[in-house]
Amino acid sequence: MTDITSLTLTELVKNIKVKKLSSSEITKAFVERSEKSKDLNTYITEEFSSAINKAKKFDEKPNFDLKLPGIPIAVKDLFCTNGVKTTAGSKILNNFIPTYESTVTQNIWDQGGILLGKLNCDEFAMGSSNETSFFGNVQNPIDKNLVPGGSSGGSSSSLAANLTPVTIGTDTGGSIRQPASFTGTVGLKPTYGSCSRYGIVAFASSLDQAGPMSKNVKDCSLLLEVISSYDPKDSTSIEFKRNNYSKELTNNIKGKKIGIPKEYRVEGMPNEIEELWKKGIEYIKECGAEVVDISLPHTNYALPTYYIVAPAEASSNLARYDGVKYGFRTKGKNLIDMYEKTRSDGFGNEVKRRIMIGTYVLSSGYYDAYYLKAQKVRRLIKKDFDESYGKVDAILTPSTPSSAFKIGEKTNDPISMYLNDIFTVPVNLAGLPAISIPAGFDNEGYPLGLQIIGKAFDEQTILNIAYSMEEKINFKNKITDWWIK
Amino acid sequence: MTIDLKTIKHISKLSRISLEDEKAKKLATDLSSIFEFIEKLNELDTKGIDPLTSIAETTLKFRKDEVKSQNIREKILKNSPSDNEDFFVVPKVVE
Amino acid sequence: MTKNNSEFIITRENKNYEVVIGLEVHAQVLSNSKLFSSSSTKFGAEPNTQVSLVDAAFPGMLPVINEFCIKQAIKTGIGLRAKINNKSVFDRKNYFYADLPQGYQISQYKYPIVGEGKVILDMPYGQKEIGIERLHLEQDAGKSIHDVDPENTMVDLNRSGVALMEIVSKPDLSSPEEVNIYIKKLRSIMRYLGTCDGNMQEGSLRADVNVSVKQKGEDKLGTRCEIKNVNSIKFMQMAIIYEANRQVDLLEEGKNIEQETRLFDTKKNETRSMRTKEDAHDYRYFPDPDLLPLEVTDEFIDSIKADIPELPDEKKKRFIEKFKLTPYEATILVSDIETSKYFEEVIKDSDVKLSTNWITGELFALLNDRNLEISNSPISAKNLSKLINLIKNGTISGKIAKTVFELMIDGDKDPEVIVNEKGLKQQSDPKELEKLILKIIEDNEEKVKEYKSGKDKLFGFFVGQAMKASGGKANPKLLNEILKNKLSK
Ligand SMILES: [Mg+2]
Ligand SMILES: [Zn+2]
Repeated sequence: MTDITSLTLTELVKNIKVKKLSSSEITKAFVERSEKSKDLNTYITEEFSSAINKAKKFDEKPNFDLKLPGIPIAVKDLFCTNGVKTTAGSKILNNFIPTYESTVTQNIWDQGGILLGKLNCDEFAMGSSNETSFFGNVQNPIDKNLVPGGSSGGSSSSLAANLTPVTIGTDTGGSIRQPASFTGTVGLKPTYGSCSRYGIVAFASSLDQAGPMSKNVKDCSLLLEVISSYDPKDSTSIEFKRNNYSKELTNNIKGKKIGIPKEYRVEGMPNEIEELWKKGIEYIKECGAEVVDISLPHTNYALPTYYIVAPAEASSNLARYDGVKYGFRTKGKNLIDMYEKTRSDGFGNEVKRRIMIGTYVLSSGYYDAYYLKAQKVRRLIKKDFDESYGKVDAILTPSTPSSAFKIGEKTNDPISMYLNDIFTVPVNLAGLPAISIPAGFDNEGYPLGLQIIGKAFDEQTILNIAYSMEEKINFKNKITDWWIK
Repeated sequence: MTIDLKTIKHISKLSRISLEDEKAKKLATDLSSIFEFIEKLNELDTKGIDPLTSIAETTLKFRKDEVKSQNIREKILKNSPSDNEDFFVVPKVVE
Repeated sequence: MTKNNSEFIITRENKNYEVVIGLEVHAQVLSNSKLFSSSSTKFGAEPNTQVSLVDAAFPGMLPVINEFCIKQAIKTGIGLRAKINNKSVFDRKNYFYADLPQGYQISQYKYPIVGEGKVILDMPYGQKEIGIERLHLEQDAGKSIHDVDPENTMVDLNRSGVALMEIVSKPDLSSPEEVNIYIKKLRSIMRYLGTCDGNMQEGSLRADVNVSVKQKGEDKLGTRCEIKNVNSIKFMQMAIIYEANRQVDLLEEGKNIEQETRLFDTKKNETRSMRTKEDAHDYRYFPDPDLLPLEVTDEFIDSIKADIPELPDEKKKRFIEKFKLTPYEATILVSDIETSKYFEEVIKDSDVKLSTNWITGELFALLNDRNLEISNSPISAKNLSKLINLIKNGTISGKIAKTVFELMIDGDKDPEVIVNEKGLKQQSDPKELEKLILKIIEDNEEKVKEYKSGKDKLFGFFVGQAMKASGGKANPKLLNEILKNKLSK
């Protein structure tokens, strides 16, 4: 039999249900591989022995009606987990142990999932390479000294390295889709309001969404089905009829209209990405869908808009980290001194940078010129999509303008780092669902992804398109286990 | 748009993050280039456009006026950096 | 209707200054649970026992709004005859403070739930209308305790997140007395509506007082200072007097008044500057992305309107028209909802005029004396009503009634029982009185002679004797009649 850890979620669930594998066997396999993979630095907190215990308990009294029966899953360390340290990749939450559970992770445990550990991420999810984490870089299993993307870099790396069968990340400007694209995996950002934000350490409230990350589209649809729920504890959670995404998954996309936005051809974009996109278009046609040229004229304004809206919200969301109620504190000679020292020592450079940007754009005299302006442009960006969706069912674009880059390559140039999210950010601003699927490789052999953007609440359509393209692409990730000695 | 050191000091005060001079200078450079990039938005005429604050396509849901949360003082204070059992403790505030 | 002769003028070397006052009243919404969390709002609990994860701003915690608090705010808005806004927005007001766990207060800035309204004050010089600028909902902060530990400040978050209504007046108030009446009127309206208990000792009603001065007759407003968080009417008045004089003195010295936030020191009876300039505040308001705009339909507002009880102004009008009370009497009786309820209970079956006199006279004196609210009155409305009927139907005299009233206080005794037990019933049997009077005439032959020879003054002597003989119970009217009749024979 093949290595357990290389199986997909769907295969693992099937094996458990037919009692070919036990939860203990599966859990042990992932724990063992995770133990051997410390060099990747994907875990912030390991819950290995507790996971093995829980697996044993599951096997004693298995419930095969559950959607994730006894499946071990590691999650991004941005989800609060009851009794398990939750850091958001920051020193300021280094010793924080929540007494509560995020709704999304609770949904996973309710369906039989078992917590394997908490995965590394950019500090407060601010970053595109996982280099801003207080807990250090994460290695991309694709190649040594390659970033795994970010902010859900611990998640993408763990997933690609077979340390967890599936995982969850959060996506504020591309933080699921970009790391998925960099590691040859699948990542979906649901419609804003699909997955509850309750218990997720907030970055930018109007943009944050949790979403599934997996090795294939089928697994992605199954995990989405588990985590997507209406939650009265989140005022922005939306009540709508959620599909049985995995059951309703189909490769029949005949007659679907797919838009190709001309604005996503950016200057300096590698030829390989252009080629990949073209190939994607061919596959779609082969599947019987119709390709339509569209225009999203305000695409170029999305990133500047994002770098006003997200920091503004973050500057306020992160005000609660003040050394008073929980987390890290530096002593000070008075209250203000304590605040200033705690926050100066507790936050890393990128977080400070964004808090400063956010504070500035909201400050008196600048609000209208920056924040209000950005909100108006955000309306225009949304309108672009609304108008396109009169003509098409989904939109196909590259996921990122480049493949994974080297660790340290962009750390001194914030703008070139920010440009990484140029194709993913408009989706968050418009609150739409989008999936990134692995679609090919660049000249170095690094994976590249394509993004399918859907109408609000229409995750099923983009999953179906991704599913049918996946068959055609037949992507095989090139992982050599270089980090295992 | 360049962000000068004085502005950096002011926003560092507002955001309660102390900054050494070296870091403040670096930040002034970073922020200046970021704002230059951001100011691309000025190309757009947004007169008469309604700002978009919330993307959630729903209305605000109401909660019933019921007391559900009970005394969880122990949980609330468990993670607090000071070890007082009844209060959060901060350095003396003089008004 | 609007008169302005408050006569609060500060005079310096033949220059007269007027004071311009605006109030931002913070009224705690009466509700079981907090504005955005389900912890209790009860006063006086052990520190930090009414704090949820939301109130203490734990990572990932989100606000969910309390419908009842919205209704309470709308109700209050209707009571202030104000415009209710179908759409309002919650904003974050960002600042750092030990008792502000989120690092921001959720408040309403640009789009409040209630717009412009008005409050009518009954002043001795007539009615005065005070404009209401707006009413908005916001979260209360926690409490910092500075005096327990010499080195540290203790933080209690029990109040953190309790709903407040901030009621902002226009700068229409012009004297400490108007402020007194205004606060009392607001309190009265909210107590009628049941939206705020108005308990100032428990901090349910506090105010930021904006004060500026200008020379009499001038139109342009002076620079104002805001005195933060004053929690009694007396302190508000003291603070205004101090602050207005301070500003006038500055102007007289040719100095500028700086717009600033000040604190009233109740021990020194002075205001002082609260924040240094270098620490200038910039609240960076922006719409809270965790909350959507608050939308209320006309039907929702109408259903609340249907629930509004008769308010003080309407009640006063009714009392004057229906019960023929003087405006003064009516104002007193409607000022507090409990008083008006008591009054209406008493007059259900007794004389209005007598009831009014007894409530505003004896009863108020008693309550005042014992520092009691009418809701805790030692004499119930039912028993006071009985006492009044005993007077009205001649069973006892007004004078005896005062004795009975005293006896009722301890244990809310039934006046009828007291009158019977103590034999205080008025002597109204003419035959009995005649007997008594004849005896007195017989015993005082000399005096009768003198009276008959023209010494009219002696009549009082006979009344006194007869009253004494009856043990004070003789019906005075009847006694007079019979006495006159007998003496004229
Ligand atoms: Mg104020
Ligand atoms: Zn306020």
